[in-house]
Amino acid sequence: MTSAPSLRLHVPEPEFRPGTKPDFSGVTIPHAGSVRRPPVDTAPEEIRDLAYSIIRVLNRAGEAVGPWAGELSDEALLAGLRTMMKVRAYDARMQMAQRQGKTSFYMQCTGEEAIACAFQMALEPGDMNFPTYRQQGLLIASGYPLVDMMCQIYSNSRDPLKGRQLPVMYSSKAHGFFSISGNLGTQYPQAVGWAMASAIKGDTRIAAGWIGDGSTAESDFHSALVFASTYKAPVILNIVNNQWAISTFQGIARGGSGTFAARGHGFGIPALRVDGNDYPAVYAVAKWAIERARRNLGPTLIEYVTYRAAAHSTSDDPSAYRPKEESEAWPLGDPVERLKNHLIVKQLWSDERHAQAVAEVEAEVIAAQKEAESFGTLHTGPKASGRDMFVDVFKEMPPHLRRQRQEAGY
Amino acid sequence: MPTMSMIEAIRDAHDVMMARDDNVVVFGEDVGYFGGVFRCTRGLQQKYGRNRCFDTPINESGIVGTAIGMAAYGLRPCVEIQFADYMYPAYDQLVSEAARLRHRSANDFSAPITVRMPTGGGIFGAQTHSQSPEALFTHVCGLKTVVPSNPYDAKGLLISAIETDDPVIFLEPKRLYNGPFDGHHERPVVPWSKHPLSEVPEGYYTVPLGVASVRRPGAALTVLAYGTMVYVAEAAAAETGIDAEIIDLRTLLPLDTDTIVASVEKTRRCVIVHEATRTSGFGAELSATVQELCFYHLEAPIVRVTGWDTPYPHAQEWAYFPGPQRVGEAFRRVMEA
Repeated sequence: MTSAPSLRLHVPEPEFRPGTKPDFSGVTIPHAGSVRRPPVDTAPEEIRDLAYSIIRVLNRAGEAVGPWAGELSDEALLAGLRTMMKVRAYDARMQMAQRQGKTSFYMQCTGEEAIACAFQMALEPGDMNFPTYRQQGLLIASGYPLVDMMCQIYSNSRDPLKGRQLPVMYSSKAHGFFSISGNLGTQYPQAVGWAMASAIKGDTRIAAGWIGDGSTAESDFHSALVFASTYKAPVILNIVNNQWAISTFQGIARGGSGTFAARGHGFGIPALRVDGNDYPAVYAVAKWAIERARRNLGPTLIEYVTYRAAAHSTSDDPSAYRPKEESEAWPLGDPVERLKNHLIVKQLWSDERHAQAVAEVEAEVIAAQKEAESFGTLHTGPKASGRDMFVDVFKEMPPHLRRQRQEAGY
Repeated sequence: MPTMSMIEAIRDAHDVMMARDDNVVVFGEDVGYFGGVFRCTRGLQQKYGRNRCFDTPINESGIVGTAIGMAAYGLRPCVEIQFADYMYPAYDQLVSEAARLRHRSANDFSAPITVRMPTGGGIFGAQTHSQSPEALFTHVCGLKTVVPSNPYDAKGLLISAIETDDPVIFLEPKRLYNGPFDGHHERPVVPWSKHPLSEVPEGYYTVPLGVASVRRPGAALTVLAYGTMVYVAEAAAAETGIDAEIIDLRTLLPLDTDTIVASVEKTRRCVIVHEATRTSGFGAELSATVQELCFYHLEAPIVRVTGWDTPYPHAQEWAYFPGPQRVGEAFRRVMEA
């Protein structure tokens, strides 16, 4: 008989649950500007520390400081703020549209706007994102029409996806936005494959994969990293760590790895960890990784530290598993507020102009919504024909689908 | 005309397509320098370079997932899963992604990939080197599923598969790689060079997907078969003296129902033969199709001869494999009904 004590299973728990007061004062947040900026051709093993720190540009006073600052012109910063505001206004309207019964489902990205919006601005035309369902900011930042997005949400007669897809699962090759799938993690090795193809053809275009903290536990996350590592694919592997996978806190997916960024080093992939609510920091880090990829120096893993401020989806109630005040207590604040303050400090912006911009953006979104609703909503107005169900299963409709289409009366 | 084994024909199809189309890339476990564990990609890396034909990590979802990404870029990947028994880690990528991509994106993106995988038993491969998982693909809308049975078809069908703008599952009966096999394991293996269908034209030609082949015209009953079972059915016809019409389906989806219906309306009897396990196997779909389309012509119940509903065994190989004796008994039963 062994004298060892009984084994016990370790099941990680978040620090705070409903009814407890969230307190992040113990969380170490590096000062803005304190994390070094290595050259883009640095070997992964020389920047292991960056996988355990947080690159930040905007300090508490709203100033842009340190080696990652100064990448963006005043005009670009103002444009970035407006894009984030547009994403937030769009989310608010679509959330409301779901509550009004105009569609079945919606997912907001509240609090995460800086990540997609800033990243998109660092890409070039022809590059391809492989997004999840929470990167609507990529589409909006790339100039994809709000009306088309809304028509997809409404599955109406002008839905670019002909009513086939659940709301928010957009697709636009022309805007470098790969078709979203409900199956988590699958897009990650696809992004690596797209990047490998670009390398095979001697192209200059690069790919960006996107995944959330929870989905890094999917086997496709590891498949993607091993293929990216083996073939040094020109791909940016983005992990949006918003702390929550529906009701499951990030510690369940992360386990003992310290950070999600640290996973890159097991594959020899350089990893950066960045303040996801800091627009200039996200842009600078994206630029670094994109330059690295484009110079054929291989993949980069980026962990964006952020917080999922809203519910997981319109079908979710976060008060059942986390404190209501947790979002407020989150130490990295709100990306829109932080960029706004920075622009005010730079004397490029003011509370008045901000209030005016909120009204303008809202008017733009409402106008788009009116136009989208003129093409129908899920339960009212015109929609794609039942015939469209049978189209595009294959390039050409095979006989059995032709028979079924006729049987269905189309 | 050159004589080729099925392996050589498959290798040649790759060669033809890689020469014709710069976007055709070939990869999988051991397919590069070594040329594949079955030699189906031998010499391709040497001829076309490591950017066109290369080895991958042992990761099936990575192989198929990266192939889908490459296809979305504009390449035409033809990838290998070493054994069909090992496709399961890639199943999510095949079912949720490759099969659905065109439909869910309304033709914005598509996945013109070919996924080759050696399939079938009769080689003492036991549980994980013998499976016939075709029903797991034919059930998936958006996938085409192909099973060649001879060198001529293998080359022509593989060229068609690579050229097709839809994802194709290309199942290669490994028992047929070196020669036809009729289930008579007690007899020596006959190489392909003794069989007329080993005459394979040089260069480019196609065998269209979705078109079956009548391998033995007959009047007494219709046999629906594919892969190794085509030869087993031929042996059963010869040994029973029953004038069976043997149809090699070649493509399981889309299915050539016209050829099936014409034959069953003529013979009025139908036997379905496959190696895969019976319950919910592809034979069930075939049986239902014949029943729906030929009910008033049938003079006997449709009979299925299949693998048993068990994992593929090792020692009991020939008790499991549907050989000519079992198939012949089914012929007699259908004729007596």
